[in-house]
Amino acid sequence: MVDTGLDVERIRKDFPVLSRELPGGRPLIYLDSGNSAQKPTQVVEAMREHMAMHYANVGRAMHALGAESTEAYENARDKVAAFVGAPDRDEIVFTKNASEALNLVAYAFGNPIGEDPRFRLGPGDEIVISEMEHHSNIVPWQMLAQRTGATLRWFSVTDSGRLDLSNLDELVTERTKIVSIVHQSNVLGTVNPVAPVLARVREVGALMMLDASQSVPHQQVDVAALGVDFLAFTGHKVVGPSGIGVLWARAELLEAMPPFLGGGEMIEAVWMDRSTYAPAPHKFEAGTPPIVEAVGLGVAVDYLSEIGMDAVVRHEHELTAYTLGALGEIPGLKVIGPLDLADRGGTVSFTLEGIHPHDVGQILDDNFGVAVRVGHHCARPLHLRFGIPATTRASFYLYNTTAEIDALVRGLHHVRKVFA
Amino acid sequence: MIAESMYQELILEHYKHPQGRGLRDPYDAEVHHVNPTCGDEITMRVKLGDGGKVEDVSYDGQGCSISQAAASVLHELATGSTVDDSLGVVEEFTRLMQSRGKIEADEDVLGDAVAFAGVAKFPARVKCALLAWMAYKDAVVRSTK
Ligand SMILES: Cc1ncc(COP(=O)(O)O)c(C=O)c1O
Repeated sequence: MVDTGLDVERIRKDFPVLSRELPGGRPLIYLDSGNSAQKPTQVVEAMREHMAMHYANVGRAMHALGAESTEAYENARDKVAAFVGAPDRDEIVFTKNASEALNLVAYAFGNPIGEDPRFRLGPGDEIVISEMEHHSNIVPWQMLAQRTGATLRWFSVTDSGRLDLSNLDELVTERTKIVSIVHQSNVLGTVNPVAPVLARVREVGALMMLDASQSVPHQQVDVAALGVDFLAFTGHKVVGPSGIGVLWARAELLEAMPPFLGGGEMIEAVWMDRSTYAPAPHKFEAGTPPIVEAVGLGVAVDYLSEIGMDAVVRHEHELTAYTLGALGEIPGLKVIGPLDLADRGGTVSFTLEGIHPHDVGQILDDNFGVAVRVGHHCARPLHLRFGIPATTRASFYLYNTTAEIDALVRGLHHVRKVFA
Repeated sequence: MIAESMYQELILEHYKHPQGRGLRDPYDAEVHHVNPTCGDEITMRVKLGDGGKVEDVSYDGQGCSISQAAASVLHELATGSTVDDSLGVVEEFTRLMQSRGKIEADEDVLGDAVAFAGVAKFPARVKCALLAWMAYKDAVVRSTK
């Protein structure tokens, strides 16, 4: 095994699922963390403990449990704010997932409830995304364009799987109101350069959002250092629970934005014919929030901080190098995404000549217990760009080992034998 | 290792050497069916003759081994048969696929298609096996209109 400076054996003990057996006595080899990460005992226990001993609704219950629950929920906001370097804890909005965070921002544009000119959107205005986006960062903007008559435009992707910035100045212009791109691709593994895009966005006076669903789990993300306006990620990919996501936005923008969902807790005062709204983040957290999930997410980001994101990055870098080397020796295998390790995360998608990814995934799972994802990974336009219907994707996290990649490679050799 | 039982030799043979593949003229009806979850696709043409005879079933498509082999087996079973007999096979095949592996396949009716019995245990793959067969049923209905 390659030493990556991370005590992987110890880490694996925190994730009980990794030592379970699958039916038929297969070991579990989980290479699908890009889809959703497994959860450490610390997260599971904290959620259990909160539900068992401290649970009550937050913000509105005037009793001891209500106070404890509210404190735990708001503590989670502090932890998340610290984890992503948010200058102000009130800039952290809890949502259901990354998709909701992206939709929340899309709904702020062209919305008659809002008055800020930066969010005004109509015919002649433009929204810019890219061809490597997850459907969650495509469809909300398509819907926004449909609602408002604005035009949707996009960056293309180079053959090697990088964002094509060659037409940056023609694409992002005075007509652009918002640029929303993925920070790290969930298919290619590519980490996109933020600075040059942001510089152009500032030049033309637009706003910029990052879909950080795949970067926050795998690298040290510091929103202040990045300098963008909005950033979304999702709890279940950062070893936290499902059912919670995060929108970070600059405080001044949250203040200018109209609310998204209406309901309890997002108001200041309500009359029969109108309402005034609570300040952010509560303005965007209508109804009973994912309380237990927030507690779990807080513990999850603390867990990662304790291990150190730089150690996680180094570990995944080693795994990726190892994988690209090993896959390079399988005949007929083509990696879709960068082959060089610079600005690249631990997500490796590929095709095997003459063999459909569904067949690859089925045999890997059933014969070897290797869990990968097959299909278009919610990025159909990207697959169309490469002229393929689907890929097989292995994605790594802090608990994966080179031995598991060896199992993947053995499995792929077997797949080739079955279809030879 | 139940998947091994799904990838029967006969299925792999049909996948590697598809029978009757390619779209041909003349035809009475052409249909295009897709399986959106996998991106499997098939275009199928049917040519009927006198007395309800199926003169040709031609097709083209892309997708996983199960979907492509199923089209090839269907071509073999339906071509030269009659509309009534072949729809009887489609019905039995559909029944088998939707059985979750709980019924015995009737080999007398299904012939080579019995090799797909193992697929019924994989709910996610049943749609792949049925794609060509549903397209055939659709094409026959349109041909006889
Ligand atoms: C890049 C990217 N964006 C958005 C999402 C959506 O996350 P969620 O389904 O939790 O909203 C995902 C994960 O599925 C993703 O990988």
